[in-house]
Amino acid sequence: MEERQGIIEYINGPVIKAYNMENFKMREMVTVGEKKLIGEVISLDGNTGTVQVYEETTGLKIGDIIYSTSMPLSVKLGPGIIGNIFDGIQRPLSYIHKMSGGFIREGIGLESIDLNKVWDVEIIVKEGDNIKEGEAFGMVQETPLIKHYLLVPPGISGRVVSVVKSGKYDMEKVLLEVDDGKILHSLKMYHNWPVRTPRPSKERIPIEKPLVTGQRVVDTFFPVAKGGTAAIPGGFGTGKTMTQHQLAKWSDADIIVYIGCGERGNEMTEVLEDFPKLVDPNSGLPLMNRTILIANTSNMPVAAREASIYTGITIAEYFRDMGYHVAVMADSTSRWAEALREISGRLEEMPAEEGYPAYLPSRLAEFYERAGYVRSLGGREGSVTIIGAVSPAGGDFSEPVTQNTKRFVGAFLGLDKKLAYARHYPAINWLSSYSSYIASIEKWYSKNVSRDMMALRGEMLKVLQEESKLLEIVKLVGEDVLPDEQRIVLEIARVIKIGFLQQNAYHKDDTFVNLNKQYRMLRAINILYEYSKKAVSKGIPISKIRNSDVFSDVMKMKYTIPNDYKDEFEILEKKIDDYFKGLMNEYKG
Amino acid sequence: MYMIKEYTHLERIEGPLIIVSGVSGASYDEIVEIRTIQGMKRGKVVQLYKDMAVVQVFESTSGMSVKDVSVKFTGKPLEINLSKDILGRVFNGTGEPRDGGGDIFWGEKMDVNGRPINPVARRYPRNYIQTGISAIDGLMTLIRGQKLPIFSGNGLPHNQMAAQIVRQARIFDNENSDFGIVFAAMGLKHDDAHYFLRAFEESGVLERVVMFLNLADDPVVERIITPRCALTAAEYLAFNENMHILVIMTDMTSYCEALREISSAREEVPGRKGYPGYLYSDLSSLYERAGMMEGSKGSITQIPILTMPNDDITHPIPDLTGYITEGQIVLSREIFQRNIYPPINILPSLSRLMKDGIGEGFTREDHPSLSNQIFSSYSRVQDVIALAQVIGEDELSEIDKKYLEFGRAFENRFLRQDYEENRNIWETLDIAWDILSILPRSELDRIDPKYMDARYRG
Repeated sequence: MEERQGIIEYINGPVIKAYNMENFKMREMVTVGEKKLIGEVISLDGNTGTVQVYEETTGLKIGDIIYSTSMPLSVKLGPGIIGNIFDGIQRPLSYIHKMSGGFIREGIGLESIDLNKVWDVEIIVKEGDNIKEGEAFGMVQETPLIKHYLLVPPGISGRVVSVVKSGKYDMEKVLLEVDDGKILHSLKMYHNWPVRTPRPSKERIPIEKPLVTGQRVVDTFFPVAKGGTAAIPGGFGTGKTMTQHQLAKWSDADIIVYIGCGERGNEMTEVLEDFPKLVDPNSGLPLMNRTILIANTSNMPVAAREASIYTGITIAEYFRDMGYHVAVMADSTSRWAEALREISGRLEEMPAEEGYPAYLPSRLAEFYERAGYVRSLGGREGSVTIIGAVSPAGGDFSEPVTQNTKRFVGAFLGLDKKLAYARHYPAINWLSSYSSYIASIEKWYSKNVSRDMMALRGEMLKVLQEESKLLEIVKLVGEDVLPDEQRIVLEIARVIKIGFLQQNAYHKDDTFVNLNKQYRMLRAINILYEYSKKAVSKGIPISKIRNSDVFSDVMKMKYTIPNDYKDEFEILEKKIDDYFKGLMNEYKG
Repeated sequence: MYMIKEYTHLERIEGPLIIVSGVSGASYDEIVEIRTIQGMKRGKVVQLYKDMAVVQVFESTSGMSVKDVSVKFTGKPLEINLSKDILGRVFNGTGEPRDGGGDIFWGEKMDVNGRPINPVARRYPRNYIQTGISAIDGLMTLIRGQKLPIFSGNGLPHNQMAAQIVRQARIFDNENSDFGIVFAAMGLKHDDAHYFLRAFEESGVLERVVMFLNLADDPVVERIITPRCALTAAEYLAFNENMHILVIMTDMTSYCEALREISSAREEVPGRKGYPGYLYSDLSSLYERAGMMEGSKGSITQIPILTMPNDDITHPIPDLTGYITEGQIVLSREIFQRNIYPPINILPSLSRLMKDGIGEGFTREDHPSLSNQIFSSYSRVQDVIALAQVIGEDELSEIDKKYLEFGRAFENRFLRQDYEENRNIWETLDIAWDILSILPRSELDRIDPKYMDARYRG
């Protein structure tokens, strides 16, 4: 086979063009120039080809050579991924740190997970077994939390002709040989997978379980399903990243893939410093044991930012195939869309809306469609949930990225500037947000939390909706002129907002709240509401109702009642009961 | 072996760009020296196609002709020489002395483009800087290693504020390390430049300041390089010399306009309002150079200043800046017209890093809830004011009247402060308690009861 080399004739930032490219393949990974920068072929036309380069192109010359690698842009999937931080093309940042110091330089080469590392492997097949694609042939305890199943890569099935014994091996050791009748496949602890190709599964299973996040406004009002998709749009300063961090910390997924796509360096450092110290509420082990970070900060090369989303989702699918529930946090998909725009602009493509390429919606759809609740090729149930932050220009939700994202996601958690200004966090606007998963997970809530959880949710949402209408009037004439039955709605809405929707990420009990406590809180608010309405209808003045201790007790229950509550809610409910009964007796006579 | 060749013929001159043909061996982003009748100019290669190189000239191209020039490719990106001798000096936008002093010969040559800091190598910023301005220290605390821009408008006193911060900034820790100021001016007016010079002089920090000046009548293209030179100097001082560096960059709006001008000369596909699609990436290549690193005691804290065109915070420049920086300090013309200095509109203002740098062990344990409460109550004040405009102040309920009173006290006692007045953090927090005590106890729902018992005076 002839040596395949292209010769550069055009350089413009991360986009280069070369001739002599007729033997290259579309989407093939290449190395560029003396420094062997990593790139990817993004278009071919006759003998010229266009390459996007994942590193800084400073110093590249006309006439420099592009070398083929004969392989599409891929990630290495095997033990050693969890607890690590990678750049957009799966190069470990701690390794880069060791190689090149505090600043990232170009020409690091194509590094990935540590192939010299020795793992303790437990083999679960024997010679002569028939094994199919996607099935596990062995197991590695990767972290105290995660058993890493060694999967036969998709596309390979057959008879096991040789297999090693359980024991300690390095990553390059051939563990298993599989004969499919034609070829003998040698399987190692890892395999490569092209990032732009979704990993296959046997079938999609209907969504019916929520991703429990411990965040009241999400779990109770706008739940996200396991295997579903959600978008969190918001202007700057509305708390997108904060919300994403909270979800990454407390979601009941088995594995979290956090993609810092074109965001701040200090935020990634914060995750790196915080997560090892934080303890997973389900297992009691450090959160880092289930977290994978992909960091391509805003000042790192833009083409790698475009790739980082695919790297993250491919890793997520790999763990899904082992039977895990994986949640992908993509912060922010707008930066990814902007990377597309930037490269498209340098390719001089015809721009569509606001300079974004016309293929923006289809790329977004492709990405979000990689979420799902599936039965894997190996027969295990697993899911990938995608939660994407969106950073709309000017905080205006009518811009193309937000609008197109809305078409493809199931839950929309709109962040609101005005709430953020008043330091109402999480600043999720209860009027503009929605979740289309209510119907599919309602059953789960009835069975696992309470029958009337969703009914109470509806009741509370109604109060909030009514409040927003009343506030329009209050703006014009003031609150005092409203009749008492309307003023009580305002009061209860205030209780819901302060006592339920606002949640303090820095409070030890409030940062994560389990579903049972969420339900009991809702119930307490509802009891208060029902009694207040009754009291008003009996002609008791609102000042008498409002100024009682029970209102402030209900608003403070998020702090005063712990997650492992015993009889505190009974006591609170009794207190409300006693107070109103007393009040009504007083006004009877 | 790379041969330095000179080219004497230009294909075209278009605004700040020259196109040289017949070139071989030129590399992307390298520095080009152009000898003309008027003297030596510099530029850098921004695009290469076959034997043609597009060069962006840092100085004005007016008076240049396609013939009487000689162009030399240096094979190197733009580098400046750096040593501690730069302190107290004034340079132009490309790092050449502007104060009549000699070149910096000693020291390290550094590429002005810098390189991204590896997130693994960063240290998360946690120590606060006391600016002596209550609104900032109390409500949007500046943290060492943070990038916290001032969003201003034309004619608002952002320069005074920056000067006051420079004069009053104090850091609290045991290591008594060096501090310094790097000042980058992009398209700054002459009198503003003088203002800063005098302010630095008066506060006695002049020998700790490095200035990179590109004034309003200096070449536009040089403006693209100015912040890069300044930040390279800052990186040298912070990470090689272990100093705490405060970088003031003004005016980022002029920088972005320069970027747009060049982008349109290069006939690039425009994004929002004609700014190039890579404005976000370009701005982040500046702002992300703030921070702290493992293995160095120093830090870079940035205060970029930008004037919002038409006071519009959704304009691409403040918008993209806000998405990159760790918060913002927003000035308001309406507050300024009411003669309040500093005219900070606290509601849209924010410091993202303050959560980890205030409270117990840093400022005082009641600080986080106190600042939360002020934001929450002041936002209610705005609703009451709107209502009062419709129904009149007299018709307001008792509680709403209290809010109005609180709002006035906030503006007059907490926000308003003299240019010369330096309040320490404890004074600031005590004033906060004073004004919050105007409101009844039941309204203060953000404050932990245990602090209420100790400090509430209502």
